[in-house]
Amino acid sequence: MKDSDSATPKKTIAHDAFVPIAALGRFVLNAGYRFFSALGAITLLLGQAICAIAKGLLLPRQHLGREALFFQMVRVGVRAIPIVIVIQMAIGMILPLQMFPKLNEFGQGNEIASINAIAGFRELGPLMTAVVLCGFAGASIAAELGSMVTAEEIEALRASALNPINFLVISRLLATVVMMVMLTVIADVVLVASGMLTGMKLGISPQTYYQLTIEAVNVTGFMTGLIKAGVFGLLIGLIACSLGLSVKPWEGSEGVGRATTNTVVYSIIAIIVTDAIFTAIFYAYGLFN
Amino acid sequence: MATEICKAPIIKVSQMTKSFGSQRVLDGIDLEVYPGEIMVVMGGSGCGKSTLLRHLIGSLTPDQGSVKLFGREITTMSEKDLDSVRKKFGVLFQSGALFNSLSVGENVALPLREHTDLDEVTIEIVVKIKLELVGLRKHADKMPAQLSGGMKKRAGLARAIALDPKILFYDEPSAGLDPVTSAQIDQLIIDLTKKLQVTSVVVTHEMDSAFTIADRMCILDKGRILKTGSRQQFEALQDSHPEQLQSEQDRLIRQFLRGDAEGPITNRAVTSDYEDDLLMISVKNEQG
Repeated sequence: MKDSDSATPKKTIAHDAFVPIAALGRFVLNAGYRFFSALGAITLLLGQAICAIAKGLLLPRQHLGREALFFQMVRVGVRAIPIVIVIQMAIGMILPLQMFPKLNEFGQGNEIASINAIAGFRELGPLMTAVVLCGFAGASIAAELGSMVTAEEIEALRASALNPINFLVISRLLATVVMMVMLTVIADVVLVASGMLTGMKLGISPQTYYQLTIEAVNVTGFMTGLIKAGVFGLLIGLIACSLGLSVKPWEGSEGVGRATTNTVVYSIIAIIVTDAIFTAIFYAYGLFN
Repeated sequence: MATEICKAPIIKVSQMTKSFGSQRVLDGIDLEVYPGEIMVVMGGSGCGKSTLLRHLIGSLTPDQGSVKLFGREITTMSEKDLDSVRKKFGVLFQSGALFNSLSVGENVALPLREHTDLDEVTIEIVVKIKLELVGLRKHADKMPAQLSGGMKKRAGLARAIALDPKILFYDEPSAGLDPVTSAQIDQLIIDLTKKLQVTSVVVTHEMDSAFTIADRMCILDKGRILKTGSRQQFEALQDSHPEQLQSEQDRLIRQFLRGDAEGPITNRAVTSDYEDDLLMISVKNEQG
């Protein structure tokens, strides 16, 4: 008691004023620390995955869990197909309906086909599919790997001299990349079909609509969309695997829950930021002309 | 005993320490395990015995000290070399740690598929043999979720012995099991050790089980090994009168072995500054 009287410094107003600033500082430092350690972990995982794939292609004795790839692709992608179709149908209707009145004032109502195609193939196809896949694949992969950590399964893999990267990560990464690209193709087709139906209601003939779509989207436009889709898939897979495996065995269901939530949040942020970077690069190289 | 000590230890831990943050979990561990024996590591919850096990299997790296398996230092080994050592031991994890997406048979087959050149037919035969050893031959096609706790551990054990390991590690083999199943697992540990001529290291806090299976025992407390000795030595300590025991340490071990509610372990939990603690609350409140 005597100690506490003499040891505690007298509180001052200035001291109190610093409390929220210090708290803010700590928050920023913590957030920064978490961001960079997550970024580091994800980059490391990417490196390890590339090494493992390279070894797997060069050395036949390396096992990458090929059997698991098909299973993962089904789990990751096939279940997401109906959702992607519904979302793209809605978007294929929303865009023309929003644009048509204004364009029609200038007698350019038909141009909704070009707008729909450009926006869809370059942006909304890959982007919306990626957002759907964040929830479907990202969350489920993170939850699965996180549960495997808490059930000591990952430790058991390591103790059996099996590498979780080869054994679990590669198949999931490839599955998210492949399924992202395939889902994006489906998304693009559905978007055009939906736009065409909406166009018919607005008095644009399917032939005209089709013609304008073909003119608006060249191979480059289509391909840039698919490249984006592949990269988004890789991001989702990497973030989900990295966060799922970063759960600590003693964290239990709380750790799994946090990994799952963070996967969805981080993936969506990563996808949109990457999209902006891609768009800027493609624009700078004149791919949009 | 005398002959066994002449042999070179198959596991040798010296002066190993490990801290998590500011908390020292293992504090200068020395442990030697000789080929063919069952060594039981006992200790209360949170004494660091699972952490010790994780160092022995290379899941964790110590801050200081050395861990030698088969005479090779594993703490400084590359992951690749460590994998070659890992193929020579098996681990039974607390929950069994079966891969939930694979059937029991596939779980046992996995190390064989990945680490050997055996053809599918041979693998199937080996899986059957291993499952028969743990009494699960009829359950090869079941998924882990369909198994009871005891069966999961037995399946985990079948997987652990798939590659004919030289050492078997058991993490709390009887935790969470009913007395009969627990006794069956104990018997299985003894049988496997004799049949397969492996060395077993068992981490447990179940005294009955420890005294049933152990050749030698050691007792871990607050990250230190208090005593290592033969089962007979520990049995004598358990049956002794507290007055006969000279050291506080022996009395502490005796309490642990007997599971008494009263004794040195309980006494050290009672802290002296209880009144001060209570007083401080009111003082703090007044200061507001």
